[in-house]
Amino acid sequence: MSLFPHRHLLGIEPLAPAEILSILDTAESMKEILDRPIKKVPTLRGKTVVNLFYEASTRTRSSFEVAERVLSADSLSIATATSSTTKGETLLDTAWNLEAMKPDMIIIRHASSGAPHFLAQHCRPSIVNAGDGAHEHPTQALLDALTLRQRKGRLQGLRVAIVGDLLHSRVARSNLWLLTKLGADVILCGPPTLVPPGIEALAPVTHRIDEACEGADAIMMLRVQRERMSGGYFPSSREYHVRFGLTEARVQRAKKDVVVLHPGPMNRGVEIATEVADGPYSVILDQVTNGVAIRMAVLYLLLGGQSEVQA
Amino acid sequence: MDAGRLARTLSRIAHEIVERHPDLQRTALVGVRTRGVPIARRLVQAISASEKRVPKLGALDITLYRDDLTTMAPNPVVRGTDIPFSIDGVTVILVDDVLFTGRTVRAALDELIDFGRPSRIELAVLVDRGHRELPIRADYAGKTITTARGESVQVQLQEQDGCDRVLLLEPEAPAAKPKRGRK
Repeated sequence: MSLFPHRHLLGIEPLAPAEILSILDTAESMKEILDRPIKKVPTLRGKTVVNLFYEASTRTRSSFEVAERVLSADSLSIATATSSTTKGETLLDTAWNLEAMKPDMIIIRHASSGAPHFLAQHCRPSIVNAGDGAHEHPTQALLDALTLRQRKGRLQGLRVAIVGDLLHSRVARSNLWLLTKLGADVILCGPPTLVPPGIEALAPVTHRIDEACEGADAIMMLRVQRERMSGGYFPSSREYHVRFGLTEARVQRAKKDVVVLHPGPMNRGVEIATEVADGPYSVILDQVTNGVAIRMAVLYLLLGGQSEVQA
Repeated sequence: MDAGRLARTLSRIAHEIVERHPDLQRTALVGVRTRGVPIARRLVQAISASEKRVPKLGALDITLYRDDLTTMAPNPVVRGTDIPFSIDGVTVILVDDVLFTGRTVRAALDELIDFGRPSRIELAVLVDRGHRELPIRADYAGKTITTARGESVQVQLQEQDGCDRVLLLEPEAPAAKPKRGRK
């Protein structure tokens, strides 16, 4: 049986729990490479990966690039601000032109939900979703799960609070899928204006952060995504911090060994207080290291062996 | 080869290692996953029974260095390498269960060299069954047997298979079980 019988990684929603676990286990095994004197293995020699980022990114893009280099893949990063996109080229035309250069994989981040799925239907290379609109960000959810599992030894039965801008967050959606598939107890929390309608069907929702933090094993903070906000979702950053910011006092309501996660970039003093972000329960930098390991595992599982799945 | 024979063979290899390397502190045994690892552990135990100084122990997963990765479906499981010491200037003895084509050893050598510069690398195997495809030989071989190419040599160990023995299996009909790793 194949560990991961897919050609693309478009989201967490279509994955089976066993497939998610095989990505986590592979990442756990590969993490050691990052501590070697020579941080490179020849696994993906001769494979070409295109990083196509239509949105700003520091962590995701650089960690994909590190993962590609560690596995000896050749990579090509396209920042759309300096590409022909600014001249009006469509996504599909860009993709077809890149495809003509024979890459084995395209990693795409795009402001529109479904952009990676669209490419998967029209292009030959493997597609990895590095964040599409407010839909999914699968590798982020995987690295969060890896971090949680390392700290807690399990995911099953953990009480996890996901707090913040649920409306615009693809990180929240991917995490919600992943954590519920693996048996964690998720509680969602955000201001009423930032909770998408219908999400209560997937997990309980509260508008009080104190309630969400109560007895939590982990608190996942979401970034307030100002760049996606056109209207007034809340009066001011200060007001947001007072009502929904994670402060020391609120962390105290959670279990003693609670861990605090944040996908970055953080708005210190808005969704998270500085003393929490730099506090002892913060695992934010572990998340970054695990991000490289997860992306190595995804590259290996999609490009390493000969693909059995043709569609 | 039964359990008693296997134990005697390992203890003989352990003695040969001690004889050739009196400076055991500058020696490390690195098992190649999966069955090389318990064999290396047993060799270290056998050495520690008679010697005060004990060689270091490591494990090597060569999956990411395989030369047939692109032809394999599905992907082999990555189990992780664990060498918690510097190998610079150390004599490293690679340990595996069966020496066949030599390709696993080639991959292990490449991987090991990415960890540092050992003063010397040697190879210990439980069974050498011939049919080399690369210029590689064992420094310590528990048993050398003549086999046909299609046959398979299976080492079973208590730690993983519940019993200690070595089996020589007849070639199976290709229809019943397609050769692993080829499409």
